[in-house]
Amino acid sequence: MLVREGKSVFKGVAIGKIFVYKKADKAVTKETITDVEAELARFQAAKEKALEQLKSLYEKALRDVGEEEAMIFDVHQMLLDDLDYNESITGIIESEKMNAEYAVFMTCEQFMAMFLSMDDDYMRGRAADIEDISKRVISILNGTQVSPEAMPEPVIIVAEDLAPSETVQFEKDKILAIVTQKGSANSHTAILARTMNIPSLVTTDIEVDPKYNGRTAVVDGFAGLLYVNPDEETMVKMTEKKKRADEQRALLQEMRGKDTVTKSGKHIHLYSNIGGVQDVDAVLENDAEGIGLFRSEFLYLGRDNYPGEDEQFEAYKTVLSRMQGKKVIIRTLDIGADKQADYFEIPKEENPALGFRAIRICLTREEVFRTQLRALLRASAFGNLGIMFPMIISVKEIVRIKEIVEEVKLELDREDIAYGNFELGIMIETPAAAVISDLLAPHVDFFSIGTNDLSQYTLAIDRQNQSLDNFFDPHHEAILRLIQLTIENAHKSGAWCGICGELGADMELTARFLQMGIDELSVSPGYTLELRKRIREC
Amino acid sequence: MKSFVYTIQDELGIHARPAGMLAKAAAGYKSVVTIDNGTKKADAKRLMAIMGMGVKKGTTVTVLVEGEDEDAACAAMEEFFKSNL
Repeated sequence: MLVREGKSVFKGVAIGKIFVYKKADKAVTKETITDVEAELARFQAAKEKALEQLKSLYEKALRDVGEEEAMIFDVHQMLLDDLDYNESITGIIESEKMNAEYAVFMTCEQFMAMFLSMDDDYMRGRAADIEDISKRVISILNGTQVSPEAMPEPVIIVAEDLAPSETVQFEKDKILAIVTQKGSANSHTAILARTMNIPSLVTTDIEVDPKYNGRTAVVDGFAGLLYVNPDEETMVKMTEKKKRADEQRALLQEMRGKDTVTKSGKHIHLYSNIGGVQDVDAVLENDAEGIGLFRSEFLYLGRDNYPGEDEQFEAYKTVLSRMQGKKVIIRTLDIGADKQADYFEIPKEENPALGFRAIRICLTREEVFRTQLRALLRASAFGNLGIMFPMIISVKEIVRIKEIVEEVKLELDREDIAYGNFELGIMIETPAAAVISDLLAPHVDFFSIGTNDLSQYTLAIDRQNQSLDNFFDPHHEAILRLIQLTIENAHKSGAWCGICGELGADMELTARFLQMGIDELSVSPGYTLELRKRIREC
Repeated sequence: MKSFVYTIQDELGIHARPAGMLAKAAAGYKSVVTIDNGTKKADAKRLMAIMGMGVKKGTTVTVLVEGEDEDAACAAMEEFFKSNL
């Protein structure tokens, strides 16, 4: 068994035989010909065939992926029909008595050079189109073109990289998976693979060697792994994983676009928890209705200095714009405890979970907090923002926070910088906050219950300490009562209340949370559709 | 000989697709159609030559039409530029 790693661009599992796709080679042999007429006819025939292929590719792409993706094949037909291009080829055949392959190759080089020398990115990009059409003609001429009919059964394609024209020429139902050596998660092929729902890996460290042809392989798009000649154990495991993934996808399709509404008709806001800009794809793919927890720490971790206002603004703005008016709740910096960044220079603590963390840092080092708030407020002009503050224990804190927010607003007004409307809310993740939620609620628009910390603080059990697992009960009545109390108190003041901790995705508790009157559940994108199904059953 | 002057409105300038359509449209007439941007000239029936001019948005081009069907060709070209570029 051979295991190779790649970057997954579509989560799914495929099991089947490998088909190694070798790119049509543009390099050609240079030969002198004697029968000019025959060579011209050979070129004409190849060109006609190429035009026919492009015409049917255009129609196929139009059906499969739409007008925008298909247009390229229309342009390719026009380029192939260009007088200068054709005259150059026939000229080389006639005057230099060279073979058609060589004539196309030389013409290709010449026109590519012309486009590459232009001072315009768009036009430079057209050189690739010239190369693409020329390769097509050459591969028809020298008989190296791989026709999709060459694949009798659905296969896992292994290739160096695939041009859009190559991806699209395969019959959709003949492709189980695509594994490429090059490419990127944003390459054309990756985007196409996602649109077509094909498990795919890019930048995979596998040689594109015909020796793999016909070998059995598994593509695990969840782990980003390719198994060639899998052993029996792997096969059993992967068959099971594929079954689950297929079921999940069927479920996904069924729940996509449906309302998240209980049997009694209450609409629940089903949101996603994310850790960075890159997770927005997953949120949209899983049809979540918003983002209930955007952990802003990711901007601060893994670096050696504070992120600036503009950098933060760009990240928040990107997420807000991509969510197109759907709710996005960003939690301010929650650093400390298990999330540390050296440049914060937080003194070593005896008990970090009960120490200098989250809002306590922000209210002590106000300049850090103000930078983040300025970035958040500026971003609020680009979508439907909610700002949420972590680790609150008293009314005094929220009052101070709101004063600072008002000061930041005035500052922006003075500088004539735009900001939009936004909601303010707090995390309920300490027993203190839950117990005085009646006093906190009048000051905020919403509560979001962070069940991970709330459980740990309520039960006095460190979640990192595995030897306490026997004592830890995630469904402990104390936790559930605090949640109930929090929801009731929120509603009394006209605030809404959600859950963004792990318990939110615990399907055994969904019915109970709904009974308590929960308004929102925010979970990992991958749980969205399953939870929607569960809510619709309650 | 007939001619008209036109300023390109398309964001991408004379890009591949309209250039291809222009070449097709020009090929429908016997007249010679030439595009002139002041520094370069191109035969409108030749797609790559048109693209090679690299005409950007805001550039003003002169289109010259000469031949037995120049009246009809010029009118058609002017119409094409207005609706596609």
